[in-house]
Amino acid sequence: MRDSLVTIKGVKDGLLVTISPFEEWGLVTGDLAARLDQQSAFFSGARITIDVGARPVRKDELHSLRALFERRGMTLYAVTSESSTTIDAASALDLRAHFITPAPPAQTSDGQVAFNPEEDGTIGVMIRRTLRSGRTVHSQGHVVVYGDVNAGAEIIAAGDVIVWGKLRGNVHAGANGDESAVIAALDMTPTQIRIAGFISMPPSEKRRKTRPEVALIRENRIIVEVWEA
Amino acid sequence: MGAKVITITSGKGGVGKTTTTANLGIALARMDQKVVVIDADIGLRNLDIVMGLENRIVYDLVDIIEGRCKLRQALIKHKLFPELYLIPAAQTRDKTAVSPADMIQLTDQMRQEFDYILIDSPAGIERGFRNAVAPADEVLIVTNPEVSAVRDADRVIGLLEAENKKAPRLILNRAKVEQIRKGEMLSAEDVTDILAIKLIGIVPEDDQVVPSSNSGVPITLNDNSRAGQAFRNIARRLMGEDVPFMTLDEPTSLLKRLGRLFAGGKGN
Repeated sequence: MRDSLVTIKGVKDGLLVTISPFEEWGLVTGDLAARLDQQSAFFSGARITIDVGARPVRKDELHSLRALFERRGMTLYAVTSESSTTIDAASALDLRAHFITPAPPAQTSDGQVAFNPEEDGTIGVMIRRTLRSGRTVHSQGHVVVYGDVNAGAEIIAAGDVIVWGKLRGNVHAGANGDESAVIAALDMTPTQIRIAGFISMPPSEKRRKTRPEVALIRENRIIVEVWEA
Repeated sequence: MGAKVITITSGKGGVGKTTTTANLGIALARMDQKVVVIDADIGLRNLDIVMGLENRIVYDLVDIIEGRCKLRQALIKHKLFPELYLIPAAQTRDKTAVSPADMIQLTDQMRQEFDYILIDSPAGIERGFRNAVAPADEVLIVTNPEVSAVRDADRVIGLLEAENKKAPRLILNRAKVEQIRKGEMLSAEDVTDILAIKLIGIVPEDDQVVPSSNSGVPITLNDNSRAGQAFRNIARRLMGEDVPFMTLDEPTSLLKRLGRLFAGGKGN
């Protein structure tokens, strides 16, 4: 059996299933099912994290994968991927999603990084809908929401968080300690915002005019300023 | 033509799901629609009480699903409307006695015979809620103009979106005009701004709702009640009529204005 398609290993809070990012999806899931069935007694009850690498996995595919685990008494708990399609699908299914920034381009043989005329940019997740109460997004990059972030929803990102809509929920930017991270929203009335190790609650003043604002750290505290185009 | 299955749900408890289900069932029946109302709150049955049919129960939802009776036998005919029926919840069992697939199968059996099948969902987002929304063609979210109810409604709408259900419509129940005007309560605009779904009705607070539910005569049978009128309007909107929203202001008859004057401007 080609065990390059799927690897299963024990991690501290369950099993980590790594899936080949390139082989055909049907082939991979078939292989996975066979592997699980061989040792079903051993795996039963386990909490599963899957790592699909760069593969974009659609919501329906992820849904049937979850069912595949459930039929064998396992719970799909988290998804790790470099693809924002996969991350979106995972958050749509209420799974924990970990976004991994892809590895940087390889160096050339003489030790020089190959010249790339394109602006590097940084990696993020794009969420094209409103995050309602109870939804959580975890990302190792930036998060952009085209929609609102309602009270009761939560975004935790290693990078910046940009909300093209109303921010009413909880946001933690620079969650790995990056104090240069920012939070921006068209209307900033969050429940709580955090940047790196700093926490800020909005003033409980009455409604004011809606305007785009940016939160950032200055002199060891979070300040919110009007965003001027 | 098959029936339309409409589930009434809310997330939070006590916002008026059962009252809404009973009143919409009756309002639709008054317009000569064939209607079944199903109490999906197994273990905490009370739609039968609000509809005044408690003493007629022989079989319940779980009896049908577990094959102890025929569907026909569990349908309780309403006292006033011969084409309005109730399927009561079981009182002695819990939500695990029914599955979403059971609910789909049950409603499919009735689609040919009725125009509307209304399902009264239990509060919460667990099994009972899943059972209630599984067969729904349309979902109505009931909420009150308060932050905690709206928060729960938001969570429920998110769950429905994840199931790819058609966008639900919203009923804002127990709206108190005076408090909304003073900004002490959320307005319809505040609520729809957060939830971003279409409003199908605003039901004003009405002291007569609780006594009428207690006596098993839903408020919509009272032609003088504004809450009753609001439920009748929602029923007409469900049937596709374009009914304008009524103004929330109380009718300012001379008598009422005088009354207010004597109450020392406290407002009521």
